[in-house]
Amino acid sequence: FAEFDDAANLLAANPDATTISIDEPAEISKNQHGRLQEPGREEDDELLGTDDSDKTELLAGQKKSAPFWTFDYYQMFFDVDTYQVLDRIKGSVFPVPGKNFVRLYIRSNPDLYGPFWICATLVFTIAVSGNLSNFFIHLGKPTYHYVPEFRKVSIAATAIYAYAWLVPLALWGFLMWRNSKVMNIVSYSFLEIVCVYGYSLFIYIPTAILWIIPQKVVRWVLVMFSLCLSGSVLVMTFWPAVRDDNRRIALATVGTIVLLHALLAVGCLAYFFDAPELDFPAPIIPVHNGTTIITKS
Amino acid sequence: FADLADVSIAEDIPVEGEITVPVGSRSPDDDYSTLDEPVRDTIMRDLKAVGKKFVHVMYPKKSSALLRDWDLWGPLVLCVSLALMLQGGSADSKDDGGPQFAEVFVIIWFGAVVITLNSKLLGGTISFFQSLCVLGYCVLPLTVAMLVCRLVLLAGSGTVSFIIRLIVVVAMFGWSTLASTAFLADSQPPNRKALVVYPIFLFYFVISWMILTFTPQ
Repeated sequence: FAEFDDAANLLAANPDATTISIDEPAEISKNQHGRLQEPGREEDDELLGTDDSDKTELLAGQKKSAPFWTFDYYQMFFDVDTYQVLDRIKGSVFPVPGKNFVRLYIRSNPDLYGPFWICATLVFTIAVSGNLSNFFIHLGKPTYHYVPEFRKVSIAATAIYAYAWLVPLALWGFLMWRNSKVMNIVSYSFLEIVCVYGYSLFIYIPTAILWIIPQKVVRWVLVMFSLCLSGSVLVMTFWPAVRDDNRRIALATVGTIVLLHALLAVGCLAYFFDAPELDFPAPIIPVHNGTTIITKS
Repeated sequence: FADLADVSIAEDIPVEGEITVPVGSRSPDDDYSTLDEPVRDTIMRDLKAVGKKFVHVMYPKKSSALLRDWDLWGPLVLCVSLALMLQGGSADSKDDGGPQFAEVFVIIWFGAVVITLNSKLLGGTISFFQSLCVLGYCVLPLTVAMLVCRLVLLAGSGTVSFIIRLIVVVAMFGWSTLASTAFLADSQPPNRKALVVYPIFLFYFVISWMILTFTPQ
């Protein structure tokens, strides 16, 4: 390990400036917390800065030691503390211009806790909010009988978990294929992509709650707003991975990512939330046998 | 060394401690004797164990009876009765009604398994079935809430009954969550407690939502 010490000393002697410039509040607090727990790892962080490819390989060697059929293998993906999860959620909602979500927050410790539980929360939030919103929209109509619409929970679960796992799989496969053709500097592992997608879905949880408000304008403003925030996190994460490629392919990839993200939001809005109806009474058509049919406007 | 000779235990200092006898040595005799006992005794012993755990859930104090002698009879009874009470008799209508029996069953058991796996993966020291036992028994307040809701709905289904049901369900939801976290929180690593408690909160929230939105056809 003599060479490692020399390199670390050289870097420590040299650019304190770069290490300071990347220090942000989240990272400072993380370093302070980290110092209490794993002093070795956090010292490496400070010395090597964000150029942590060496650290990634070292840690990759340390981490992936258990065979995949043991319980300990999966425990590696839950090696996060509360403050780390909260930091990652914050990082997915407030994109920092120029900073990469994966490098800044995940730092070769992708977790499965965030993606799984954010998706679960989103499934139930959408189902419950949709049900509540429909209840308020149709309240007061004589023909309306409230039903809990429990089927929609399984539909929501299928849609959201498919998006959160199949799209990263497709994207990872695509990036691996492009990597074999064009040498990219930045490449992500499958779990890191799953992590980014999982955390980027967090913004839709408060959005779904606010979608209860039965105003079309409000709902579409919310869609645009949340799409901009989480879409920009995704774009800033994946742009470095494709920018060395052919210009058109890079733009098409990033465009597809944003488009799928938008489709998920719009699809959920359209399917789970009935359109807020306008404020005039529905026309009543008398039928010949005496019953009246009320048509929806 | 001369000072040691002066050391003596004063008579007013109590000497106390615990002597534990290993429990395992009793079991061959136990097996022998339970084979001969009347069936009523066997059943009553199990029923008393289940009943004692119900009492522990309603008054969640720091006792380890729930954790030490886990059983899954109580959760099964609670789950089946809750699922039965959530049937509104709408089996023949094709509306998107409430959850079917199988859906409630799957949500409770699959949800409990997932939460247990989650807490074990985060480094919890509790065993798998102990955690299932606690989560299942803590559904008791919500089952009581369901019973109360059905009784209130028999009286009427207007706004007043909805407000009563809302208050009852919210109170029981809080009780369930607090009871289960009281039992489970100690076995978690300290800087991950919130990560373990949140799924439990979500689990009981979903069950409470199913209870609150129950509408008889």
